[in-house]
Amino acid sequence: MLEMRNVNRAVDGEVHLDGIDFTFEAGKFYTILGRTGAGKTSLMRALMGLMPLDGGQVLLDGTDITAVPVWERKMAMVYQQFINYPHLDVLDNVAFPLRRQGVGKAEARRRAREFIDLVGLGDLIDRRPAQLSGGQQQRVALARALVKEARTLMLDEPLVNLDYKLREQLREQFPKIVERNRDSIILYATTEPREAMQLGDEIIVMHQGRILDAGRPDEMFLRPRNITVAELMGEPPISSFRGEVSEGAVHLAGGLRIEGAGRTLPAPGEYLIGIRPEDVQLGGDLAARVTMSEISGSETVTHLILPFGELLMLSQGVSVHEPDDRLNIGFAAADLFFFSLDGDLVSAPDREGQD
Amino acid sequence: MRTFYLAIKYLALLLWSSFIVFPFLWALSTSFKDANAITSGATYIPWLQFEPSTQGWASLFSDGSTGINIVDPYINSAIVTISASLIAITLGTLAAYGLSRFEFRAGFIKNNDITFFFISQRIMPPIVLAIPFFLMLKTLGLLDTVYGLILVYVALLLPIAVWVMIDFFGNIPRELDELAMIDGCRPIGAFFRVILPNSIPGLVVAGMFCLIFGWNDFFFAFTLTFTKVQLLPVAIVSLNSSVTPWWSLSAFALISVAPLVLIAFLVENFLSKGSLAGAIR
Repeated sequence: MLEMRNVNRAVDGEVHLDGIDFTFEAGKFYTILGRTGAGKTSLMRALMGLMPLDGGQVLLDGTDITAVPVWERKMAMVYQQFINYPHLDVLDNVAFPLRRQGVGKAEARRRAREFIDLVGLGDLIDRRPAQLSGGQQQRVALARALVKEARTLMLDEPLVNLDYKLREQLREQFPKIVERNRDSIILYATTEPREAMQLGDEIIVMHQGRILDAGRPDEMFLRPRNITVAELMGEPPISSFRGEVSEGAVHLAGGLRIEGAGRTLPAPGEYLIGIRPEDVQLGGDLAARVTMSEISGSETVTHLILPFGELLMLSQGVSVHEPDDRLNIGFAAADLFFFSLDGDLVSAPDREGQD
Repeated sequence: MRTFYLAIKYLALLLWSSFIVFPFLWALSTSFKDANAITSGATYIPWLQFEPSTQGWASLFSDGSTGINIVDPYINSAIVTISASLIAITLGTLAAYGLSRFEFRAGFIKNNDITFFFISQRIMPPIVLAIPFFLMLKTLGLLDTVYGLILVYVALLLPIAVWVMIDFFGNIPRELDELAMIDGCRPIGAFFRVILPNSIPGLVVAGMFCLIFGWNDFFFAFTLTFTKVQLLPVAIVSLNSSVTPWWSLSAFALISVAPLVLIAFLVENFLSKGSLAGAIR
């Protein structure tokens, strides 16, 4: 069990960690989701002891380890850049941490060999890092982090610098690769909601140096604690706009009205209303103007302007819309998220038993 | 068009090389001449234009009555230059690592100021340093000794070592140090086990600079010694008496640059490997 108590860190007035309180449990795979600069790396560095803290404590199984230097913490880490020991070949790169723990050369190499095979580099053990591709280099880094079988394993956006195909491939293999480390606390930072949900037993959403929310991926997706979490938990992100609930319907700017239609609406009043791009459909009675459309091949994201605000629409396949095209779109009250004007969730779509 | 560019390229290279190589060839041919051949105008080709003589080379190893003995100055120069370079590289590398990785602060003095302090020692003209060095060595009783010269040369070479190594360490990602510490090394272990083995190209460059500066220095070797200890550059100059023995001088010059040329060839081959590639992408 690894615990952070009110951990703070700021550099030159810029807040990196703002009152972090969290307990990590052994045997869980945590994904830390947040934009660049949200504090994901800082959080890991604070746990590793790679960064001085302005305040707060880090505890391992109840023992305060805040002052314990990094080389005594016996944690493992993989950086987003591919960092290996340039002067050592693959085998000795992976054996290095074991050697430092006092494991004999032959034994260290034998164990290193197992993990090199696990990450699929068995044929390349005598290469230097410079002779490997990016993906192979990151596998070496991964094997070196895993070989220690450390109780805490940190992965700081390990796949972000790989090209798309390799990333997908390695992500698929990931659960198998970390299998032997499953008793450890695993932290995996990412900016991609999909990756966070795929890999994590639990997602920690960070924003501006704070933990906004944490929980199981499905819970976090279906009931985001506030609008920022909702925005971070989807790609493309949720759209939001102001509206008023009264007389069993939702009223939007421009005199638009969406019927409650069986949805239990929150108490009458003004709300911040959210709708996920996948819940917006073509065909409906809302007139929208296209500002941009992004085609990824299998999906199209269309940016729309309506009287009450901007909206994203996600549709399957390629649908070409030129800027300034007029479209009629619609969405159902059942799919709406209601947040208070401060951003806290008031009511989420009822998806019980739907998954 | 391609051939044209190629021709231009090789022509330029040829011009430049001849500019560099000619003095060597000239010295080489002169070293095999005698007084007769020297005074009879410019000649280049032995046997055809002049009768070669080994007088110049032989004089280097004489007992001092007909020339000068090169062996003692050579050994002295080697001892002073190599010791001073080793000490300067060792201290300079440690200092540079400290300055590139840790933050120091004494009042308004920070890392950059300390770095500048090191480098600023090379800004001063040598003559400014000569008198203080002379007085210091005199007080220490080290004037005209190999140890005194080593001490002074360490002071002169240290800025070069610090300069080169700070730049080199600056290009090694800090994450590499961190990684070593994550993997169980203390900071000093990270330095010796990981950073140092990856700094060999930098050490070689710094070492080469130190050797060249130390080996070629005349000024301090001249001002801080009298009769007991003589270094190569001073010995060469002392050849120059009422009649300049150009043949001895040329032979002497060639034999004193020989080790540097050799080192340059070895180092060039080594440096082109670029062994730091792949530390980070």
